[in-house]
Amino acid sequence: MSEVKYSKEHEWIKVEGDIATIGITQHATEMLGDIVFAELPERGSSVIKDGTAGVVESTKAASDVYTPVSGEITDTNQSIVDDPSKINEDPENSAWFFKVKLKNKSEMESLMNKEEYDKFAKETSA
Amino acid sequence: MNVKKTHLYNLHKNNGAKFVQFAGYEMPIQYSRGIIVEHNLTRTKSGIFDVSHMGQLFLNGGDDLTEKLQNIFPTDLKKLNINQSKYSFLLKENGGIYDDLILTKTKDGFIIILNAACKYNDLKIIQSRLRGNSLKLNEDVSLVAIQGPESKDILEKIIKNVSKLNFMYGNDFDFENEKIFITRSGYTGEDGFEISISNKKVNNLVNKLLDLGSNLIGLGARDTLRLEAGLCLYGHDINEETSPIEANLKWAISKNRVNENFPGAEKIKNQINEGVKKLRVGIKPNSKIIAREFTKIFDKSNNQIGKITSGTFGPSVKAPIAMGYVSKEFSKKNTEIFLEVRGKKVPAYVCELPFYKKNYVKGSINV
Repeated sequence: MSEVKYSKEHEWIKVEGDIATIGITQHATEMLGDIVFAELPERGSSVIKDGTAGVVESTKAASDVYTPVSGEITDTNQSIVDDPSKINEDPENSAWFFKVKLKNKSEMESLMNKEEYDKFAKETSA
Repeated sequence: MNVKKTHLYNLHKNNGAKFVQFAGYEMPIQYSRGIIVEHNLTRTKSGIFDVSHMGQLFLNGGDDLTEKLQNIFPTDLKKLNINQSKYSFLLKENGGIYDDLILTKTKDGFIIILNAACKYNDLKIIQSRLRGNSLKLNEDVSLVAIQGPESKDILEKIIKNVSKLNFMYGNDFDFENEKIFITRSGYTGEDGFEISISNKKVNNLVNKLLDLGSNLIGLGARDTLRLEAGLCLYGHDINEETSPIEANLKWAISKNRVNENFPGAEKIKNQINEGVKKLRVGIKPNSKIIAREFTKIFDKSNNQIGKITSGTFGPSVKAPIAMGYVSKEFSKKNTEIFLEVRGKKVPAYVCELPFYKKNYVKGSINV
């Protein structure tokens, strides 16, 4: 069983074995509006917890995408680069951003569970 | 400072608007369907825009007023027909732009529509240049635009004969026993109308337009629509530091006025005769990268040659689009340029405006 965790920067992260799949939350897409551009990290590059690992842009503005964990990028989702509107349609499933080979599993401990994140999202957007 | 609300605020709220502060007003940036849907509804069907934050200045007078205004604006107002509108500027003595505006000559005088952020300053300037009685914006009236190909038929159902108006002409019409002034104009690149109507009646009008199938459109889509149409946003694409000639808006200066007297005339005449150093152009990135306002523009040799003043994703163009100023020698169509986005130089090229071809129609002729 893999539990989905959430960051304060509105990313979700799902871990299977030592590979984490990361994307942005439904709440984030609602805040951003129509997404028209996505930029992903390079496969094979190293990322550090809370560092930038991509960009999304809506019609209104650009926002950085952060990685909630450190490690090596093993895969990226080209389909969201080709058609960024997929991120609005299915953000927490098929429109994942990138996969990271975890360097330090304990980094997961500081992240929120679904209930905590929903509360956080509600409070910060009020 | 208190944030103001237009008389349509509750209607916006009840229709799921997200609000943003704009020029001291709480304005809808989008409704629940989002900017792209709203943009496309305006291009293919009909959209309603609350532009009541803009200034409406009604000046009464005859030939003497025309004469006085002729000394303030670079437009040949004497040649205007009654009910004809023109895009013009309130200019600084040095040729910079205090505001861009629409002037309409009416049987009673002139109506001037001013940008929300500039309106009170404009009023002071116009007043001092007229050297007459004190002026006041009419804040008893709201301003609503209805834009897009279906707007003509929708509005005609409520306002008889409105579809006979020619582009950039206006007239008085009746709505629920009230006289309202409507012009065939707008700022989206689509056929449409701008309706000046009392604050008391504006909700009735908008509700009727919604019942007939038009849609509420926020400032977000207004921005993507006007940018695709190559139209300037004051405070971004034009300001006190840019002249109409640099902004590539020479067409809005009446030819026979160039050698006459109005604020900024000398600078404009010089720039027409001797050329300008910078020019507003359309810009398209080669990739999907969006270059926003303030993005620096470089040439092949890494010299900065200008900057972006507006940039977004164009939903109808289906690509990123931008406008900005470049040194004159780089302003030719298809010139290769580079935009600095997030530290990287991305290739782009200069292109003609508009990005999206206009659908203006000539009233009763083009049905």
